Amino acid sequence: MATDLNEFVINRDEIISAAKARGESDLMIRKKEAALDKIDSLEMPKPDKTKITRWDFFSVSNPVTEGTIYDSLDDLPDSVQELLDREQTRNIYVQHNNTPAFLRVSEELKDKGVIIESIAEASENHPELVEKYFMTEGVKMDEHKLTAYHAAMLNGGIFVYVPKNVKIEDPVQMVLLHDDEKASLFNHVLIVADEGSELTYVENYLSSVEESSEQINIISEVIAKDNAKVTYGAVDFLAEGFTGYVSHRGVAGRDATVDWALGLMNDSNAIYDNTTYLMGDNSSSNLKTVVVGRGSQTQNFTTEIVQYGQDTVGHILKHGVMRDAATGIFNGIGHIKDGGTRSDAQQESRVLMLSEKARGDANPILLIDEDDVTAGHAASVGRVDPIQMFYLMSRGISRKEAERLVIHGFLAPVVKALPVESVKNQLRDIIELKVLAK
Amino acid sequence: MASVLEIKELHVEIDGKEILKGVNLTIKQGEIHAVMGPNGTGKSTLAQAIMGHPRYEVTQGEVYLDGEDVLEMEVDERAQAGLFLGMQYPSEISGVTNSDFLRSSINAQREEGDEINLMQFIKQLDKSMEELEMDTDMSTRYLNEGFSGGEKKRNEILQLMMLEPAFGILDEIDSGLDIDALKVVAKGINHLRGDDFGALIITHYQRLLNYITPDNVHVMMQGRIVKSGDKELAERLEAEGYDWIKEELGIEDETIGAE
Ligand SMILES: Nc1ncnc2c1ncn2[C@@H]1O[C@H](COP(=O)(O)OP(=O)(O)OP(=O)(O)O)[C@@H](O)[C@H]1O
Ligand SMILES: [Mg+2]
Repeated sequence: MATDLNEFVINRDEIISAAKARGESDLMIRKKEAALDKIDSLEMPKPDKTKITRWDFFSVSNPVTEGTIYDSLDDLPDSVQELLDREQTRNIYVQHNNTPAFLRVSEELKDKGVIIESIAEASENHPELVEKYFMTEGVKMDEHKLTAYHAAMLNGGIFVYVPKNVKIEDPVQMVLLHDDEKASLFNHVLIVADEGSELTYVENYLSSVEESSEQINIISEVIAKDNAKVTYGAVDFLAEGFTGYVSHRGVAGRDATVDWALGLMNDSNAIYDNTTYLMGDNSSSNLKTVVVGRGSQTQNFTTEIVQYGQDTVGHILKHGVMRDAATGIFNGIGHIKDGGTRSDAQQESRVLMLSEKARGDANPILLIDEDDVTAGHAASVGRVDPIQMFYLMSRGISRKEAERLVIHGFLAPVVKALPVESVKNQLRDIIELKVLAK
Repeated sequence: MASVLEIKELHVEIDGKEILKGVNLTIKQGEIHAVMGPNGTGKSTLAQAIMGHPRYEVTQGEVYLDGEDVLEMEVDERAQAGLFLGMQYPSEISGVTNSDFLRSSINAQREEGDEINLMQFIKQLDKSMEELEMDTDMSTRYLNEGFSGGEKKRNEILQLMMLEPAFGILDEIDSGLDIDALKVVAKGINHLRGDDFGALIITHYQRLLNYITPDNVHVMMQGRIVKSGDKELAERLEAEGYDWIKEELGIEDETIGAE
């Protein structure tokens, strides 16, 4: 008998009573109940060109693991400290596996009414705000089975609220340290930037164990109200063996901007969804992704900007390097809806293959329901140019070093876009590690 | 002792088509050789084959640098042995700054642990760029990306000056240069001229040779060197063109594969 791995059995009562026993907020318990009521009727997502029917999205050893709580920045493990720019990180949330481990928010921001809390704490302290935005506008809870599963199993994350016209200069940083092989990350990031506000947010998911056979089911939602600006940077480097569903979604109001620079360096199989909805007139989104695939991992990067407002600008730029027997599917969708007059949708996907067995596929799609627009796309899948290699080597540079220069150069446009220097350096180091390690 | 670059009976194919049909040429340090000849006669092929371009296949003949077999070397080893090729069409490499590239190139010639000191590098770079009248922002721009034709050529000479090779092979380094730039580039090359520098300069025009007086001038046709002489040969070519040589040698069509 063939077993379909996606036909899983989930024990509603067990999940809810465990959540109650852990003292989760009424709001979270209600959300979990609602998700569990729906989950059986929902379909799995269907990422274009990647077959996930045999992927195991539902094996979880422990719904929640116990991590360490740190009293001060100095107590944080070195791997976390390296990511912090001491000058800049005045606002930081650290999560150790599923445990909120450290939180620091500057007095200045607190005085201005900025909220930075773990999602658990926020759902207790600010239930109306969280309820209004949690899986309503960005990712709908009942979008598919994995979003409902996310809501049902939620075990970590952060909530950020920036009040009207407050502009936060220093970035807000979240670091999630994963060092428990039995931990699954059902992590939720919810960012709400109220009218006229500004925020730069940076996240780092980091594994210090080699392997795990648990779940990554991470959803980030960014709500930028009218005239707000959110810059979102990420360097995610989780271990191999996980099964991953990772969604980064943005919603932009009138004159609002949601920009992304994502370094998606996880070593496991995963499907990624990065979407921005440009709802308001004159809103914009710049969506940049850099990835390196290695080993035998399969990853699907589906990136979409849906443009409803007039005069919106949506630009997608993805650069990927595939080595060993890794597979990377890069789907890009620029969608200008009826009424999105004078909008601009552009996208570029470039994939560089470093070995015979690596697979890369770039699929640009433009869906245009409006006449008066500009749109364009460029895509390529190729190998390191032997003529470029010749040029570099003709100056005495070794083959290995020449290849290194070409690859760093190839990925530079996205690396450069990351907002924090220490995080930029971290990404360069990870690229170095993933590209050059044997 | 002066180094010697020897090219013996060199035959080269591209995509199965024979382009060079037996080139013989010996260059000693201290000498400047000019190679001239009509379009499509194999001049660039000679330069690329010496440096080891992946598309050019040597089917016969030898290249020696001080007795070392150059054709056995990887491209980077040829550079480290002292060869430099200033290309007719330099590559553009996005995301790699000109100065990072130059520093990697210089360090490639040095032992590990003996990398060039950053301040020293910058000083040397500034000086060379000033000599070549290059805008300082060229060093932070990506390698040749969006450079104009003339800027690319200047950038090749900048690399030549920074790397100070034993032999420079310069393929149409004067094409695309305005008159002032030509003087500047010639100044750069003359700067290196001396007992420990030899050059093979491929050009179509006498004008460059007015600034860099060649010791020897060679004419290529049909994938061979068909005539050699001194600087007066270049002057006569400028004045009269190639017809008299073709007549003298009984060549009707100088292009490759025409014989
Ligand atoms: N891939 C190829 N297949 C066939 N012939 C080729 C190929 N590449 C180059 N050639 C030919 O080789 C010949 C020599 O080319 P080369 O670039 O060496 O000429 P050149 O003397 O440098 O000319 P120019 O003065 O125009 O730079 C030309 O006829 C050219 O068309
Ligand atoms: Mg040529």
